Amino acid sequence: MNKKMLSLISALLLFSVFFLAACSGGSEDSAPANADDVKTAGEDIEDATELSFWTFAGTHATFYANAADRWNKENPDKAIKLTVENYPFDQMHNNLLMALQSGSGAPDIADIELAKFPNFLKGDVQLEPLNDLIEPELDSFMEERINIYAKDGKYYGAPTHLGASVVYYNTEIMDEAGVDIDSIKTWDDYVEAGKKVVEKTGKPMTTIADNWYGIWPYVAQKGSDFFDEKGKLTLDNEKNIETLEFINDLVNKHKIAELAPGGQYHTEEFYGFMNDGGQASLVIPMYYMKDFTTYMPDLEGKIQIRPMPKWSDSDYQSVTMGGTGTAVTSQSEHVELAKEFLYFAKLSKEGNIQLWKELGFDPPRWDVWEDPAMREDNVYYQYFHEDIFDVLLSVKDNVAGIQLSEYTPDVLTEIDSNIMHKVLREKSQTPEEALKQSADTVRQKIGDQN
Amino acid sequence: MFGINVKKRDNPAHLMTPKKENRLLRFLNSKKVVPYVFVFPFILSFTILTLYPTIQAVIMSFQRILPGNVEFIGLQNYSRIFNDTFYKALANSTIYMILTVLILISIPILLAILLDSKLVRFKTLFRSALFIPALTSIIVAGVIFRLVFSESENAIANQIIGFLGFEPVQWQFTAWSGMFLMVMMASWRWMGVNVLYFLAGLQNIPKELYESADIDGANMYQKFRHVTLPFLKPIIIFVTTISIIGGFRVFEESYVIWQGNSPGNIGLTLVGLLYQQGIQQNDMGFGAAIGVILLLIIFVVSIIYLLLTGAFKRGDE
Repeated sequence: MNKKMLSLISALLLFSVFFLAACSGGSEDSAPANADDVKTAGEDIEDATELSFWTFAGTHATFYANAADRWNKENPDKAIKLTVENYPFDQMHNNLLMALQSGSGAPDIADIELAKFPNFLKGDVQLEPLNDLIEPELDSFMEERINIYAKDGKYYGAPTHLGASVVYYNTEIMDEAGVDIDSIKTWDDYVEAGKKVVEKTGKPMTTIADNWYGIWPYVAQKGSDFFDEKGKLTLDNEKNIETLEFINDLVNKHKIAELAPGGQYHTEEFYGFMNDGGQASLVIPMYYMKDFTTYMPDLEGKIQIRPMPKWSDSDYQSVTMGGTGTAVTSQSEHVELAKEFLYFAKLSKEGNIQLWKELGFDPPRWDVWEDPAMREDNVYYQYFHEDIFDVLLSVKDNVAGIQLSEYTPDVLTEIDSNIMHKVLREKSQTPEEALKQSADTVRQKIGDQN
Repeated sequence: MFGINVKKRDNPAHLMTPKKENRLLRFLNSKKVVPYVFVFPFILSFTILTLYPTIQAVIMSFQRILPGNVEFIGLQNYSRIFNDTFYKALANSTIYMILTVLILISIPILLAILLDSKLVRFKTLFRSALFIPALTSIIVAGVIFRLVFSESENAIANQIIGFLGFEPVQWQFTAWSGMFLMVMMASWRWMGVNVLYFLAGLQNIPKELYESADIDGANMYQKFRHVTLPFLKPIIIFVTTISIIGGFRVFEESYVIWQGNSPGNIGLTLVGLLYQQGIQQNDMGFGAAIGVILLLIIFVVSIIYLLLTGAFKRGDE
């Protein structure tokens, strides 16, 4: 090869490197890099009031832009120009926290994820209470969900979904094992069914996530939690130890559960594993329907939704889990308008129906579950089955809520990095030891701060 | 003043400006002023972006910071730093620092010598190829690393060690392999940059020294030991220092693999702890205290290293 050729190749290589680097640099920028990350509505309307919105989910961005279009049609006198910006998960919450802390730069409305919400309820809360919107219709809402975003009797977040935890059964595997899923009423039944599944098919009954999805739903369903109503830490109480022992037994004694590939339920590894018929059932909130239809196309028509099996000492058949609360910030110059729009988009009956239609979320207002509009055919009914909401209605009075405290993020960190790992994966601690040790760590922090 | 007045009378107004500029330029160009003019942009950015935040961080480390109520709480933040989690993070950061320094000094020197020798063809190609990782987005690299080193038997890394007869490894869930992933990622990323430093250093070694070494009958190793290394010493000290600092400040390598919480804290670093406590859990005073401690650690270690290598001594001593 001659020298000219060589230098030409080198030059090309260098060029491509800089080009690549430039592209990748863009995606890390604080401002959204491409048009997909910003959605606007009503920009062609004169005198429209400008409202800004931050979210971390692209699907939410589309949902709010659509809602703004509907709002502008119905309220031409109060038209809004909504700009929805979509940031990566951590970045959005960090930016919002900084903006609220420093007193400027926050949007009018923002999506805040459940596990992050307590961070925003510390100190003088920089969010606007939504009581005047929610209280008149409190009976229509699943209170367990609304209370998650409340502090001192003030509701700060508009829920996105009920997030009722259910069991998704892979009927192909269950049939192969010869188990009737409707015969599984209690967790003991579930274990027995699991043993049959493993024996007949060689596949695990379920997988357990390394993070709080692997323990919180079970704990809350047992009528316990990590904090009591007064905000006292109960992480290492009797019921929680029993629960973790049960989960540990699923994995390490009965051998009917494995650890989730990738460590949790929202990774590429897990989607692939589940899609290939890797496990017989999955315990997760309703919102996971969206993940099924998006990432697991091969399971269409093979998945049945059922309530969680019962504990012998508790009546709860579901737990409200995960989920995003949408809040109006105190920095907004149009608080009233922002609240009205938020009500229109998410809290009203119509808004709740749209949450189901567009996003496949189980609406937090139970009074729409029977609405004919909800029964219209859509991708979720095609993928799953027609009586999704009958399942929900059957458990309506037995849905457990969860208690949040300003120290909830600390507990979740302990669960993610210590408890599940040491008990299930490393087997270096018993459930009791791990829970007690983590509880002491968090208690020390609470004690130090008070 | 008088001079200007005279000119004002004599000259039309539009001629005044260039005269004034000349004075300004002359002032700026004077030997006493010009150094300050040149360092001004740096001083400005340093003051706003480094000095002010540093001072603010020290102040914040004595405060509890919540929206709308910030109060001084004395040494409370510092008194709760020293727990097991902190020591775990400190241990991880230190091990990571030592490993990256060892790898990112020794291998780049050898690669640089190789690239500088006459034995290798396509040098320019290799030089650019080695430099690519430094320009790649770490986020993208992290996703690829995660997939390559996933715990599935079908993942590339497990397939390779499978050929060699080893059992599949849960790369992201075991302490040693977690550290291995972080060090590997850092080595992959910074190798090319360090090679560039050493290549620059090699250019400065007079060819005559090698010729006379040849005449004296020195072999390859002796030439490396007695000619190359002594001339590279300043570069080695420089690269080691920035590697020590970079090693203690490690964050991204851990963050892109585990997104914050690693199982059993196997990937928790000091900056990771700062981020987790300060920002993810909204306890900025505590985060700032961790930052101040980290600053002190880096300061002390770097000073000790520089004293040991004699970097503060003058060349003629």
